[in-house]
Amino acid sequence: MIWVIARRELFAMFLSPLAWVILAVIQILLGYMFLTNLDNFFLLQPQLMQLANTPGVTDVVITPLMQVAAIILLMVMPLLTMRSIAEEKRNRTLSLLISSPLSMSEIVLGKYLGLLLFVVILVSMLMLMPLSLYLGTSPDGGKLLSIYLGMLLLLGTFAAIGLYLSSLTENQTIAAISTFGVLLMLWIVDWVGGALDGDHSILTYLSLLEHHQSMLEGVFNTSDIAYYLLLITAFLVLTIRQLDRERLL
Amino acid sequence: MISATKTPGEFMTEALVQVENLSRYYQNNCAISHLSFSLKAGEVLGFLGPNGAGKSTTMQVITGNLAPSEGEVTIAGHDIIEAPRAAKRNLGYLPEHPPVYRDACVDEYLRYCARLHRIPRARVLPAVDRVKQQCGLEQVGNRLIGNLSKGYQQRVGIAQAIIHDPPVVILDEPTVGLDPIQIREIRELIRSLGSERSVILSTHILSEVQATCDRVQIIRAGELIYNATTESLNQGHEHSIRIALRKDVALEQLFAIDGVDHVDALEASRFRLFLAPDTNPDALLAAAVQQGWGLYELIPEQQSLEDLFIELTHTEEAARQ
Repeated sequence: MIWVIARRELFAMFLSPLAWVILAVIQILLGYMFLTNLDNFFLLQPQLMQLANTPGVTDVVITPLMQVAAIILLMVMPLLTMRSIAEEKRNRTLSLLISSPLSMSEIVLGKYLGLLLFVVILVSMLMLMPLSLYLGTSPDGGKLLSIYLGMLLLLGTFAAIGLYLSSLTENQTIAAISTFGVLLMLWIVDWVGGALDGDHSILTYLSLLEHHQSMLEGVFNTSDIAYYLLLITAFLVLTIRQLDRERLL
Repeated sequence: MISATKTPGEFMTEALVQVENLSRYYQNNCAISHLSFSLKAGEVLGFLGPNGAGKSTTMQVITGNLAPSEGEVTIAGHDIIEAPRAAKRNLGYLPEHPPVYRDACVDEYLRYCARLHRIPRARVLPAVDRVKQQCGLEQVGNRLIGNLSKGYQQRVGIAQAIIHDPPVVILDEPTVGLDPIQIREIRELIRSLGSERSVILSTHILSEVQATCDRVQIIRAGELIYNATTESLNQGHEHSIRIALRKDVALEQLFAIDGVDHVDALEASRFRLFLAPDTNPDALLAAAVQQGWGLYELIPEQQSLEDLFIELTHTEEAARQ
């Protein structure tokens, strides 16, 4: 059942030009950046060789590329998630799902899985760039896998947060802007680190950036994975509760 | 997946829809209060009421789209709160606004609905074909729902509600936006559904209730104020006749006729006569012929649903003022 909804969600995304435009724009921007990074790598290569712990092509080209990708997607994901529930509320189509023999969790998980499938397509397309390096050189496969997983988890978290905020309103623009706000806040929450005294480990732990960075560097840490999974679960549960609560109002 | 859908025949003896003491508040605003009724298989129930009387709220509660503040709803023996899945499997619902995806085409949409209602993959296409034929959608199968007229969107909404062949069908204003021919077709469809299923139908078109429903309920300000079969509504109310005469006749002369209880003068030479129960207007006719009144019109008046509706809903307003 979850699968039926997920498939419909994914198709619906591709029915509007939005998904295509997003995929195209991101691919063009990052493709351009990838080539620039690659050029820089060629220029810097002689100097890099002299360093003691020589950074490889993955560190110089791919890690910075994915850092930028993460920030662009932070701005783009709200546009993808905004319609999931808000649009159904506005068009009053949610009652189709609610009157069907489905539980709220199935509805929410179906919608989330649909978004996740789109994320997989998006990240897989981005990963084609690093994979193209195999044509000329040998990038670090383990690191690439870690980057791939890191991007999936990060965007999966974005999607869960976006889904929740989309369930709070009928207005897609409000859903998009508030999602963007929350994501950016989570991104920069540890910036306060230098300005305040005391222990900032909690703020640092909360920051999305922090966890993403380590995965981009190829550090596959259980606490990072736990962080993402916790966030995703929390926001999915909140979404389910929100939709259940609306029947009581 | 275990299919719990019984065939409609199994419910013939018990009530398919059982609503007990149902109340629903929006904050402190009471939308429906202490509503109770039940519906057997093969019955079509017409739900009538002025705007804002709580018709749609009642339907939303029955279908599980809203939680009741108090009371219980049982669909085919399953409580909508305790066992929502089993209850909803026996339920088809067309909300006030048909829940159609404007960016999907009719076939796609109906296939999706079929899958949502857990129709096995192999039976999806036959089910889609069946409802398309029932709702007259054969011609528009691959058109985008958003491009269809309101009437067709409404039909797609009805198709969606009956695609899984549920024993209980709930339709909120199903004929809104349809042209007269379509309305007649949809009424026939509702009648045919009602032959073995329970159908609840809300509308404010009174003739629709008389044409399609077995039973009428009038709801006002959230309370059930009238509940009767349409048959009883059509019978036994022929207590007044309207006549028109060519000659001027005094009220007293008419009143003197046997069996006339009361006379109202309407406009020029037209009268409304209230006859005693079980009397024929024989005496009236005889008098009219004998005295050459020039009787050219004689209409027995039935108490129509409309009169009843206006009477019931007006007394409330009068009471409120």
